[in-house]
Amino acid sequence: MERRAVYRNKVLPWMLLGPQLILVLVFFYWPTSQALYWAFTLEQPWGGGNLWAGLDNFLYIFRDNRYWGTVLRSAFYAMCTTGLSMLVALTLASFVDRALKGTKIFQSVFIWPYAIAAPAAGVAFRFIFSPEAGLVGGINEIWPGIWDPSTNGIQALGMVIICHAWLGIGYNFVFFLAALQMIPRSISEAGAMDGARPLQRMFDLQLPLIAPTAFFLLIMNIISSFTDSFGLIDTMTEGGPVGQTEVMVYKIYVDGFKGLDYSGAAAQSIVLMLLVIGLTFIQFKWVERRVHYN
Amino acid sequence: MSQISIKAVKKVFQKTEVIHGVDVEIEAGEFVVILGPSGCGKSTLLRMIAGLEDISGGEIAIGGKVVNQLEPRERGCAMVFQNYALYPHMTVRQNIGYALKVARVPKAEREARVLKVAQAVSLEPYLDRRPAELSGGQRQRVAMARAMVREPKVFLFDEPFSNLDAKLRVAMRAEVRNLHRSLGVTSVFVTHDQTEAMTLADRLIVMNSGYVEQVGRPSEVYHHPASLFVADFIGSPAMNLVRGFFGEDGYFRHGKGGMLNLPDLAKAHLSREVSIGIRPELVRRVDASHKDAIAAVVDYTEELGASRLVYARVDGSPIIAVDDGNNALGTGMPVHFAMSESDIHVFDHTTGRRADHAGRPVRATDSVSA
Repeated sequence: MERRAVYRNKVLPWMLLGPQLILVLVFFYWPTSQALYWAFTLEQPWGGGNLWAGLDNFLYIFRDNRYWGTVLRSAFYAMCTTGLSMLVALTLASFVDRALKGTKIFQSVFIWPYAIAAPAAGVAFRFIFSPEAGLVGGINEIWPGIWDPSTNGIQALGMVIICHAWLGIGYNFVFFLAALQMIPRSISEAGAMDGARPLQRMFDLQLPLIAPTAFFLLIMNIISSFTDSFGLIDTMTEGGPVGQTEVMVYKIYVDGFKGLDYSGAAAQSIVLMLLVIGLTFIQFKWVERRVHYN
Repeated sequence: MSQISIKAVKKVFQKTEVIHGVDVEIEAGEFVVILGPSGCGKSTLLRMIAGLEDISGGEIAIGGKVVNQLEPRERGCAMVFQNYALYPHMTVRQNIGYALKVARVPKAEREARVLKVAQAVSLEPYLDRRPAELSGGQRQRVAMARAMVREPKVFLFDEPFSNLDAKLRVAMRAEVRNLHRSLGVTSVFVTHDQTEAMTLADRLIVMNSGYVEQVGRPSEVYHHPASLFVADFIGSPAMNLVRGFFGEDGYFRHGKGGMLNLPDLAKAHLSREVSIGIRPELVRRVDASHKDAIAAVVDYTEELGASRLVYARVDGSPIIAVDDGNNALGTGMPVHFAMSESDIHVFDHTTGRRADHAGRPVRATDSVSA
């Protein structure tokens, strides 16, 4: 028999739901509806309300080579940040899982970066990567002018990628560590008795068993690279030099708020939103497929 | 030369010593069972042989070679784990063949060897299943096949049957015994189940709180327990034990005024604080007219079918006897028992060790011939 609590009072449940509903409506559905409105309309040059534009805004951005440039750059950015961040996090997590000296301390230390807001980290990394004074800038004293992210687009993109990856390590680390610790210790011991060295045990036994977690993190990291990169790029490079660190989310901001092309920016944000919804959908569909230990 | 030689081995976990210097020699081809209550250090000792735990002190040698500093893979041991520790993402075939794959055995040979051990433990029909699709007994077989396929010098078993039901446990016991007979590989088997230990072992190592209490053949350990702990731990129902002392008049005094006439023992163990013990099956029911009859009062009885356990009291001290169960015995009824003095074990109460019939203490590794 199904048991459920039934509210006799008709008002109370709405009051309990209220705060959450208002938050979602005001900060998600309302802006989304605005974006949809702008994406399918065009503001008249001299005022007088918006005209229905159909798919013209979308066709316009899809015909724009510069837009496809940012799409490719975003894909590259997503690949690099996700790969780098997950790899480093997995390495750290497997060290901590092997209970090496100082494990307890590092368990907390590795999580801290996640608590830092992206713009704050961006400012900090601007100092680190500064060509005049930063840690990396030191190589300019050996080979003058070799490091300058303000003119070299590849260096600038690399700098933002490293910073983004660094920010995600804590989050990935926590999930990887939890997944590794879910694996019964005896499985690794059985591997040791079977003659496998630690690295081989990692590849043959532990990695396949944490695959569901790795998949979850993969999707989360890609989504994060699409959406969270704004704060970093805005503080570190503002999309420059000459648009070479401009990813999809940053171009939306530039086109919308700098170029005042609301309709174009809205169409782009709808595309980005569909992309994220798609990834989330894949996530939900696959996250149930877990490996059972017994 | 012994296959496994354990010398003064200690284990310290964060400053707490849990194994206090164990000395045992295990012969090649022998089936040795380490028996003890939980927390006695038996699994830790096994894991030190395997190389899964550091050896804090002393020395372990396998095949004449000291292995203290060797990795598990260099020791030539295979292990069957308590929870099987099968690789959940691999099929039975891959599980069994993993050690060979790691050792880079060519694929054709690998397949052949996997098939051979799978046949030996009747797993052939299940080779392409995953562990989750197998029953407990089948998983147990996979774990054993995985150990066998490497053709190791030593088999280590860490309470492998504790997750099986009683019937399966008996069946697996027979299977392990047969395997050992046909392969002849030195085996060390850890368990807390004394029936399992008694039936499997060539020799038993009885451990208690980090010490070896006794090493010996199962019958030796049963009939001549080296310590009070072994006497109490081995055997079901447990050995009758009562504390007291021997007087010069040849009587053993126990409880509140209980007296037993044991002149020979009294001579050897005069005025020492001791516990004496006798197996329930050696306590005989006799008629009241018997010359050595000891009067007792029945507490209750337990019917076992073939025999009956009689729980009674002699001068207030409890005693268990086994009889044929032919006549009815109710609570409060008087009964009479007799026992031979030579069947009685005497344990020094301060050391917990058994004292032989000349009054000398018995050591853990003494082989008893008397």
